[in-house]
Order: sequence, then C-alpha cells, then structure tokens
Amino acid sequence: MQDPAPIGLSLPQLAASRCNLCWRGRRSSSFTIKPGLQTLMTLAIKEHEQHERLEKLKTLFGLPVNKAKLTSQRTRLKNQNGFHLCRLGREVYTFVSTSRMSGSLLNMFSKGTKRKFSDGDEEISDESLVGARVASSYSLQRQSLLDMSLIKLQLCHMLVEPNLCRSVLIANTVRQIQEEMTHDGSWHMVAEAFCSAGQSPSERLVATEVLCRSREQDAEPKLFSVISYEGCREEEVVADETLCSVSVSDTVSNVCLAGRIGQCWEKSELSGVERDEEALEDSRLGSGEDEEIDTKDRASTESPKTIGQVFGTFEIKNGSPGPDSALEELFSDVDTSYYDLDTMLTGMQSAPKMGPYDILDSLAPSHSSPSIVSTPNCRSDLNELDHIMEIIVGS
Amino acid sequence: MMAGVGGGNDFQWCFSQVKGAIDEDVAEADIISTVEFNYSGELLATGDKGGRVVIFQREQESKNRLLSRGEYNVYSTFQSHEPEFDYLKSLEIEEKINKIRWLPQQNAAHFLLSANDKTIKLWKISERDKRAEGYNLKDEDGRLRDPFRITTLRVPVLMPMDLMVEASPRRIFANAHTYHINSISVNSDYETYLSADDLRINLWHLEITDRSFNIVDIKPANMEELTEVITAAECHPHQCNVFVYSSSKGTIRLCDMRAAALCDRHSKFFEEPEDPSSRSFFSEIISSISDVKFSHSGRYMMTRDYLSVKVWDLNMENRPVETYQVHEYLRSKLCSLYENDCIFDKFECCWNGSDSAIMTGSYNNFFRMFDRNTRRDITLEASRENSKPRAMLKPRKVCTGGKRKKDEISVDSLDFNKKILHTAWHPKENVIAVAATNNLYIFQDKIN
Repeated sequence: MQDPAPIGLSLPQLAASRCNLCWRGRRSSSFTIKPGLQTLMTLAIKEHEQHERLEKLKTLFGLPVNKAKLTSQRTRLKNQNGFHLCRLGREVYTFVSTSRMSGSLLNMFSKGTKRKFSDGDEEISDESLVGARVASSYSLQRQSLLDMSLIKLQLCHMLVEPNLCRSVLIANTVRQIQEEMTHDGSWHMVAEAFCSAGQSPSERLVATEVLCRSREQDAEPKLFSVISYEGCREEEVVADETLCSVSVSDTVSNVCLAGRIGQCWEKSELSGVERDEEALEDSRLGSGEDEEIDTKDRASTESPKTIGQVFGTFEIKNGSPGPDSALEELFSDVDTSYYDLDTMLTGMQSAPKMGPYDILDSLAPSHSSPSIVSTPNCRSDLNELDHIMEIIVGS
Repeated sequence: MMAGVGGGNDFQWCFSQVKGAIDEDVAEADIISTVEFNYSGELLATGDKGGRVVIFQREQESKNRLLSRGEYNVYSTFQSHEPEFDYLKSLEIEEKINKIRWLPQQNAAHFLLSANDKTIKLWKISERDKRAEGYNLKDEDGRLRDPFRITTLRVPVLMPMDLMVEASPRRIFANAHTYHINSISVNSDYETYLSADDLRINLWHLEITDRSFNIVDIKPANMEELTEVITAAECHPHQCNVFVYSSSKGTIRLCDMRAAALCDRHSKFFEEPEDPSSRSFFSEIISSISDVKFSHSGRYMMTRDYLSVKVWDLNMENRPVETYQVHEYLRSKLCSLYENDCIFDKFECCWNGSDSAIMTGSYNNFFRMFDRNTRRDITLEASRENSKPRAMLKPRKVCTGGKRKKDEISVDSLDFNKKILHTAWHPKENVIAVAATNNLYIFQDKIN
C-alpha cells in the first residue's frame, strides 16, 4: 500500500476551523473528527511500518512507550492549546481538541464540585444540580460511547478484512445505545448533530472512562467518578465503586430511567434537554444550531434508518447509500464511494478517487464561521501539528 | 487420577522450558496464534502469525534425570501458509495460523490440519533416517545412463543417514469460506472434519478437497440484519453425528447431523439467562463466547466468555453446572477495555486429561487453573523471571482495591499487551504449554 500524500497543512487548518472554545450550556465543546479524516488518519498510520514513527510520536507527546497499562492508555498530554492525542484502538490515533473550559467542567464532574457557568445568572439548587449532573454525565458518557463505537466501525485496516465478529458486536452496541436514546428522546440531538455538522462543529466528548452505573429503581442516583481524557492523570488509579452496569430490568424501567432523566432535566434550570428541548438548545448553543426544531420530527422518524446507514451493511457492495438520511448530509461533501461505510467495514474497494488534499479542502470550507476565540489559539498550533503530522506520515 | 503424587489435589507447577526469543521487540510474525498437543502428547505444535508451524517432540526419558520428564525439542518447522491477495475484493488474506488440529496416528507418519482465514491444509510429517545407495543408473555427473550401457543389476542398499523430518502438504482445502475460519475440528470417525467461519460451518472429507458440505448457515438474506456470528465449533469426541457451535451472543447450539442435511435447527440450545442487575452496554460483548471445548468424556462442555469459564452438562440446557470467574476485577474496567479493543480478545480454554481441571489465560501473562473437584483455583504467571529450571511457580494475586499487599499486583498495573490467549494441556500427563505472545512456556507438575 502506498502511503498517501502528506496531509500537511490541511489537517491543522481543518482542526483549527473546528475548534470552538465558547462554552454554552451543558455541552462541552470538543472536536470530533469527521469519519473521512479518521480514515485518512488510519491510512497514515499503518501498523507495521509506522510503528517506529508512532513510538516517536508517543515520545513527543510524553506517552509511555511499549507499555500498555490501563491508565497509560487513557493518558493524554494536553499541550498549551488543548490538543490531545487520543488512542481509539490499537495503533490508531486521532487528534481531539477539547476546550479548556469543558476540560475544567469535566474535572469538576470527576471531583464532584459545583461548576460555574460563564453565563451563570441562574440560581441552581444543589439537589437539581446533582440530579442534572448525574443525568447529563450519563448521557454524555453514553454519547461518548456512541461516538467511540461509530469511529471504531468506520476505521478498518486498509489491506486486511476487518473482523466481522468485532464489527457485529460494536454495531449491536450502537443499536442498543440508539434504542435507549430513542426512549429518552435524546436521539434527535444526535441526528441533528449529524445534520448540523456542516454549520457548526459537532460538540461532543470523544470518550469517557466509566459509562455504566448501577442504579436502583427508586434510589437516589449516586455520583460516580467521571474521568475523561481531560481529567485523567497518568498515575491516577481509577476508583470505580460502581459496577459497570445499569439496572434496567425491562422496558418499564427503561422508561423509568428516561422519565427520571426527564424529571432531573426539568427540575434543573440549566437543563438543556426538556420536552421542548429545541428551544432551550437554541438559546444555549447559540447561532450554530438553528435547525433543531425542524430536524426533530425528521430525525426521530429517521433514526432507525440513520442507524442503518451508520453501520450500513457488512456485505461488500458498491452501491451508493440511500437518499435522505442525516448521515448522508455528513458525507455529502465527500466522495461517497471512498467513504462508503460498507467499504469501510469490509475493506476498501478501490483507490480513492480524490487525493487527501482534495478531500480535506472540501471538508474544511464547509465550516462556516470559526469562533473568534478559537482561531488565534489554534493557528499558533499549526506548525506544531505540521511537525507531528510529518512524523506520522513519515514524509 | 491425575492428581499430584502424594495424594494432594493441588498441582505444583514448575517451570520446565521456554521457547522463543527474549527480545523486548517482538516481531509480529513470531506471535504464537495456536498451540496443540497431539493425541499421545509426544508432539506439540504451534502456529504463528507468520504462517509457520513449529513442532516440538518430547525426548525419551533418560534414566539419569529422574526429576524431570522429557523435554520438548524442535522436531520440524515449516511454512504452512503464505500471505495471499484476493484480487476480487482487493484484500490481503493473512497467513496467520488460526488453528492446528492433529489427526490420530495411524502409521509412522504424523498428520495435522492447519488453517488460516480461508484455507485448510493437511500436512504429513514423516521421518527419514535411511537412504538408498548403490544405484548404477546414473553417471557420476548425474546424467541418466543409457539403458543399453547398464550391464549389471545392482540392488541398492539402505544406509543410515541423519534423521530428517519432512513436512509435505497432502491436501489443500480451499475456496470454501467467504468469511474468516475460526475453528476446525476432527470428527471421531477420523474421516471427516468440520471447519467453521463467522457465518457458516462446512463438513469435509479428508480425502476430498474440491467439495465440502455446508451444514450450518446463519447468514441472513439481508446483511443489515446480521446480529450474531459463529465464534467456535467442535465435534463431539465420541459421537460422530454431534457437534456444537457457539455464537457471539453467548449461546451454544448442539446439532445432530442425522436430523437434516442442513443443521440450521439445533437439537439443543444452551443459554444462561442474563442477570438483569448486571446489564450494561457491554453485556453482550462480554457474553460472546470465544472458545468451546468438549470434555474428554463427552459428557460436559466448557465455554469461555470474556470474564468467565462455564462448564455445561450436555443434558441440561438452561444453565451451566459450574461457573468460574477468570478476572472479575475487570468488570469495572470494561469501558477502557472497549476503548483499547481488549474486550474483543478471544481467550481459549482447555481440559486436563481426566477432566478434573480446566485452564485458561488472562492478561499480564497470567493464566488460571480451576480444580473442579476441590473448587480451588490458582493464578500463575508465565514470565522470564520464573524461568529457573524446575523452579516452582508462585501463585499470583490481583488486588482489586484498597490496600495492596506485598506481592499482589493492582489492576491498573496489569499489562494488557501481555495476554495469554492460547494454552494446551497434555492429554495424559500434567504438562502444560502456555503461549505468551512470542514465547512458548512449558510447565510440569512437580514429581515428588
């Protein structure tokens, strides 16, 4: 396999354009790399030949080399502008940028302290804060698990067929999350995030440590440690008191769970997710997300189809994806035959029609207006990222 | 009874040998991907990711060294599979050996089946220690002599020569699997064997390479509806019409080939009902069965899922008769293990010769043994530090939280790159082979 042309400037440019350091509402702003870029990252980092370069990169980022301890795999080195090198799977790395503010928010989550909002005029009661925080962190984590699973599904080895068993298990996990989110009524937020990717960056955490929690039906939800990429330090021992479990014995309790979350959301004055969530979202998230009200109905009816599109089929086929899906819009600006999820799951069919530069150039301008705060910070990182990318690609 | 001499039920495992390079830098091709003893235990075969098979033979026990049993030395090495390229799909086919299964010995030669993702090969391993000499059919420079020039009849004489072990491929069973082969299993009739991939199981005859019978097919008409794959399959050790296969959803199906040509409908369905209180997003992934093995008696079978080993009585389908936790301390780390893909690791398990003990691997080069009678379990480590000859292995313990005692290791210090996926137990004696990445460790029970 030939190494693709060095990604060079386009990647940092794209990364910079996706930064959004403005904190609004309960959502943390972080940068999720588009699937297409992920694939390119995978291309750039091929297991065997890039091993040495990867080790160099790890050294550069201060990651332990040749050690695979549990904590080290969550180690993230935060450089001055908050770019993180995150490990998504064996030998696959991606860049994630998280805002300092969201990072500190997550720190607060993990330490259980009260958080302050930048626009914190509202008065918050302790109880509602606890409930809201728990519920929001659960859904944040669930969202992160969903993100992680989707990225895993899309990454595949270039020359070797992906493991069908693994793909099926991840797809089933995604389905399970989607079902639960549909019960919650929060699936539409995901769908709308897909849709609005062209207008504002999808703002979600990439992954967190503990997703699951055990929960008695009528007991008070306990706080549990949420350790994200931001908050984790290398030597920190993860003290997970709760088992990785959710006690939902049947659909009734599932609804109960959703109801409980709904209650928490309602109580909380910070709540961004309520019955008429869109309106609140609108005010919370600012100018980027205008289309949520419209997309709610569309997304909810589309959600089964979207999931189908998301992990597609496991068959090798060259057909183009169906029309009118939220995911379609995400991929609309790239050559679909290259990024077709089917081919991703089962291996690439043919050489890409567009070179890496073209694809990135087409992605980058789709983002309309980077926030002013982010740009100077990110631009100063371009050279550094350049250098890193050169190491990765080995130019 | 395979209990240790002296009446104790506990085995006392001692280091015997280690094979493989000591380098920190492990070449991917050297990673051992399968380990298997033959029926007598005299031969031990390993397959690696580079497509090579290495066979070790046990040396005859010498009278002088009473304390240790015979050691295993390299007997034969050959390249079984080469990397291939599927031009239709533009995909590389890995040469990694997924499984090796021995055939019972019927003459002086040994036969084994080795399988990579797509192709199974039958290899004959034979010895040659004599050479015929004295032919007068060729000139000194090697050219055949003109028959009219040969005037005497000379019978060649067999002369001894250095032992040469040859491996030759006798059959190649190819082009029958669209998906990756995960299991092969020789039937008790010694004429047929089955091979299983993610969605189909085929039955082959050892003599026929251009045809196989498809006996199980779980591929849905619409691949988008695929939610379950086959993860392992095995033939019953005595009943040649019975086989089982396990799935990624934690179920085992037992099929009888007499019932129908296509065994899509199972005869028995083994599934343990899920504990609702421990349900999480990872429940399905950790319930996926990575290995299934019949006991030597044929009465029980053992399944390995991510966190536990379960022993099933073939006569009881609704739950296992025994469950052993392998590394329960990982239950709270499932999210991290999902992130780094370790949750998809496929561990194998094995029985001892008398079915009284079972063994399986874990992380940090630990492996676990469970005595079914005493219900005692032990955790041992395969490491170079314990590599003194006949050194007894010290039991290891993982501490789950709170204060760490001396000699204990905390969960967060475990090395998840050092995993023991493949283990094998000698069919008659207490000798075990443990594959730790690129090294093969052989341990023996101490003889008092």
